[in-house]
Amino acid sequence: MHPAYSVIVFTTLSGAGYGLLMTMAALALTRSIAPDTRLGVVGLGAAFVMIATGLLSSTAHLGRPLRAWRALSQWRTSWLSREGLASLVTFVPAGVFALGWIYFGTTSGIFGLTALLSIALALATVYCTAMIYQSLPTIRAWHQPIVTPIYCVLSLATGSLLAITVLRLFALERPVLVGISVALLVLAAVLKRIYWSTIDSAQRTYTVGAATGLGRFGDVRPLDPPHTQANYVMREMGYAIGRKHADKLRRITVWVGLLLPALLLAATLVMPPLPATTATLLAVVLCGFGVVTERWLFFAEAQHVVTLYYGAKSA
Amino acid sequence: MTALPPPSAKKLGLVIDLDTCVGCQACATSCKEWNTGGYSAPLSDFDPYGADPHGTWLNRVHSYETGDGDTSRTVHFPRSCLQCETPACVTVCPTGASYKRAEDGIVLVNPDTCIGCKLCSWACAYGAREYDYADGIMKKCTLCVDRIYNEHIPEEDRIPACVRACPTGARHFGDLGDIDSDVSRLVAARGGYDLLPEMGFKPVNKYLPPRPKRDASTSPLARSEMNASEPAHVTGSALEKLFAFADKLLTR
Ligand code: SF4
Ligand code: SF4
Repeated sequence: MHPAYSVIVFTTLSGAGYGLLMTMAALALTRSIAPDTRLGVVGLGAAFVMIATGLLSSTAHLGRPLRAWRALSQWRTSWLSREGLASLVTFVPAGVFALGWIYFGTTSGIFGLTALLSIALALATVYCTAMIYQSLPTIRAWHQPIVTPIYCVLSLATGSLLAITVLRLFALERPVLVGISVALLVLAAVLKRIYWSTIDSAQRTYTVGAATGLGRFGDVRPLDPPHTQANYVMREMGYAIGRKHADKLRRITVWVGLLLPALLLAATLVMPPLPATTATLLAVVLCGFGVVTERWLFFAEAQHVVTLYYGAKSA
Repeated sequence: MTALPPPSAKKLGLVIDLDTCVGCQACATSCKEWNTGGYSAPLSDFDPYGADPHGTWLNRVHSYETGDGDTSRTVHFPRSCLQCETPACVTVCPTGASYKRAEDGIVLVNPDTCIGCKLCSWACAYGAREYDYADGIMKKCTLCVDRIYNEHIPEEDRIPACVRACPTGARHFGDLGDIDSDVSRLVAARGGYDLLPEMGFKPVNKYLPPRPKRDASTSPLARSEMNASEPAHVTGSALEKLFAFADKLLTR
């Protein structure tokens, strides 16, 4: 599948934004931090900006962005529609929660309830995003039950990392949160390794013989293509990445993008404040790079069954 | 609505005979010609005379080779929307622009509400949907919905443009929901089949397999009495020499 940059930016940014929102809400719910106004403005503000930027960038992928509102109508069947709806609905409790934190200086009572709702809806949104891919039977690498957990864990891992960064900028230390974030980053790396071994060993049961029905006559080979230049189907669905190249990017994702940030983050627990903040910022940069690489690979490695008509033997 | 309607009694579709298709591309060009001015208009093209010509087409004709040696054969393979009964392309659509008609099962895209998110093209297993880069919306075969019910055109033209254009009669149009229809009988008689049935989309369109190859003993060409004798043009008459001379001159 062709890696569309607007979609990569969207899922990375808004995934991290929702993760940050969930972490901030969890911190408030567990009363781990006092609802300081400036902290609220920076932390929740960053979450909102990232979510909104991500959503806007996703409309750049549309042929007719001005009609985007229509995408809210088919939530009964479409995961894309559900995602759009969930993303917008999340703004309601999250907005009230932010109002309580920043304006009224409280996160308890009704505002505690909105914190809880924000977490539930943010997680639901990330889940819907992943389901858009996981629900497609035409792309084996996406049609795996591990896809949704990976999206959710990556959202929480990147979000908690961002939350730690914000807290450190306000000279706040929350070692438990650091521990959780390290665990999430390691978990994400483990899940990705499982994902890759799953898709590498998955049976490729769709064949060119079944796609054309000509398998009964033996081996099926393309002779003349229907068009001389790539058409939309080939441009969008025919993208393929070399094995060697993919392996290198997989290693970069796991080691540089997930495990190195986890190590840096763990090390900050025993560092003085200034190096700790610097190391955290470095972890954010590495992890951001890692997730973008992961998303790019998620598309580039995914083979669509339609490639069977264009020379692939199985899918 | 992208929820699928209850299965319709009428299932309009195509039956494509891979035995007689000669891969001439008449159906594809005729489709392009009709639809760039019809329901799916426009079907945009880019760089038509340049290095990378490409555009939106609703029908594509592949050619494959199967088998080896004596048993090998060339099969021309037209590919367009199969008007599936339970297609994912419809249910994934977030806007309701993609829909399946309850009355005859035709799968259409509403050009006024499609946002061009392309998700339906990811969900189709058959590469039947082509995004129009200029129009910003998705295009697909309409089964010539603007011809088959069109009372302003002569009755013999009220069939899809591809079926009308096919010079070998390899394309058949009809109601596959009616077991007594000509197309259903044809499918039954010739062992018509579904593409990628494992995908679960239940295509309405059917493909008829190429007929078994005649072996040497039954092939009329192999029987010696049927072998064409030497072309008769080498009798050496003066007239023939003149023609041969003229031919040589003209083909120079
Ligand atoms: S062939 Fe593709 S576009 Fe046509 S109905 Fe089936 S899934 Fe949808
Ligand atoms: S491209 Fe158009 S028809 Fe296809 S899923 Fe998106 S909105 Fe629906």
